[in-house]
Amino acid sequence: MLAMNYRGPFRVRAAQKPYPEILHPGDAIVRVTRSCICGSDLHLYHGLVPDTRVGMTFGHEFIGVVEEIGSSVQNLSVGDNVIVPFNVACGKCAFCKQGLFGNCHESNPEATAVGGIFGYSHTAGGYDGGQAEFVRVPYADVGPTIIPDWMDHDDAVLLTDVVPTGYQAAEMGGIKKGDTVVVFGAGPVGIMAAKSAWLFGAGRVIVIDHLEYRLDFVKKYAQCEAYNFRSMEDPVLFIKKTTDWFGADVCIDAVGGDAAGSALQTITGRKLMIQAGSATALHWAINSVKKGGIVSIVGVYGPTDNLVPIGNVVNKGITIRANQASVKRLLPRLIDHIQAGRLNPKEIITHRVPLEEVSDAYHIFSAKLDNCIKPILIPPSARQ
Amino acid sequence: MEPTATDYSHINGWGIDADPNNEPTYPLKNYTGDDHQRLNWERPPQQVQTVEILHSNERPNLTAVFGTSSPPSGLSGVIRRFAFRFSESEYGHWLPLLLADRVNVVEGIVDDLAHGHIPNIFAEKGWKADWKHNRAGLVQNVVIGVAATALVFAFINRNKKETAFTRLKKTISN
Repeated sequence: MLAMNYRGPFRVRAAQKPYPEILHPGDAIVRVTRSCICGSDLHLYHGLVPDTRVGMTFGHEFIGVVEEIGSSVQNLSVGDNVIVPFNVACGKCAFCKQGLFGNCHESNPEATAVGGIFGYSHTAGGYDGGQAEFVRVPYADVGPTIIPDWMDHDDAVLLTDVVPTGYQAAEMGGIKKGDTVVVFGAGPVGIMAAKSAWLFGAGRVIVIDHLEYRLDFVKKYAQCEAYNFRSMEDPVLFIKKTTDWFGADVCIDAVGGDAAGSALQTITGRKLMIQAGSATALHWAINSVKKGGIVSIVGVYGPTDNLVPIGNVVNKGITIRANQASVKRLLPRLIDHIQAGRLNPKEIITHRVPLEEVSDAYHIFSAKLDNCIKPILIPPSARQ
Repeated sequence: MEPTATDYSHINGWGIDADPNNEPTYPLKNYTGDDHQRLNWERPPQQVQTVEILHSNERPNLTAVFGTSSPPSGLSGVIRRFAFRFSESEYGHWLPLLLADRVNVVEGIVDDLAHGHIPNIFAEKGWKADWKHNRAGLVQNVVIGVAATALVFAFINRNKKETAFTRLKKTISN
């Protein structure tokens, strides 16, 4: 079968790989019909995540058709069209029982700080991902959800990560009616966080980024304010001024370790890698939020350390909430929102690329070429 | 005064998920207290281990399922095994893993060549997309790359010339 194949930082290709096998009675094999490249895949692509091995297939955002099921699978049948959450989750451990499906303790032997994630290095369990024609899906009775007949599959594939992550960013912000919410990052997750903030009753939503085409998009799509931090001397000062010198009620870091905007952070975090990515967005979030405010983090960082103003967290009495999105927990509500027209995820898709051209797709997304916001990959078997 | 849906009638669904009683929100939302039972849940059946799997020393065993992609091998595998002697809290764990990743890139190229495949690094880096969408940037990068390479060669050759000159001088003086 054809699959994306990681060869090293900034180098990927499409290559043949063996068809995946059922390795556990709870497994399923899914024929992928669409997969996305996620902003967090770029952290792998840039070589920022430790234990990313050559030969691995990335891809944690995918949907497809069930081809085979293991002997204990009861909730799925061959031929079902399924949304596969990016979390590999057992549904039985203490964490899964609390709905912490991103923190499953039975899916990732290589690290205890994160649960299993499809195609996201051995630090997240060593699973091959869905940027392929076929993929092994463990715990098939727990995560996969049947795609409703009425749902557009372009919407469905965005329910595997980007929509739940953006929505959960707003949820963790504990937004009260009338709150001013600042979202750092106008990538796909930031766009969804801005859109979701309104559902929780935000009174004002402000997005900060440096890419004009993304700011233009989010302004229209999420009906929010959008500002370019390159055009201001200091984004923290800007937020203070625009909130009557008070600070935002809620700040969301939807960027993570690939953030631009600070030479020190960029050099130490992205170039020299002596911290776990560039923490510019988180730094700004902590300093822009009001005293007693909430910072919600969904941006992805590496597992070591980051330079952030932790003293200000203490002195301002900030609450920090963060987690990988708990996709399965959120799917019923998000499906409702799509059906009711409150969320329309597929509008963020800008590029549809054959899986064979995965190298170009990664480069276009990474280098922000051709006004790229969200690329999806279509395997050859899904185009027939 | 608290805003109302009327104020935001242009936003479909404004405030529909607002819940003043939603505290604590996620991730504490559905706290059950089960975690006081520690690891004593009913475990799923154990996946049979058919390849080498390294596991964190912060847990007693393998998880019930795990990925089998790219098992550790070669020099990078030796480094990865060393890294897993340290906990996730130690640089001794993460820095060797990053080193192993870089070593693994070289192993990947060697493996390609050993299998008769010459990797098209330009294609793998997506230069075709650059040619289409960022031609000026690509040309600039190539020019800078060629200029930098030429400078390095010139510097090395200058040293060689000096060495030859020094040797000649030495020979004459002898």
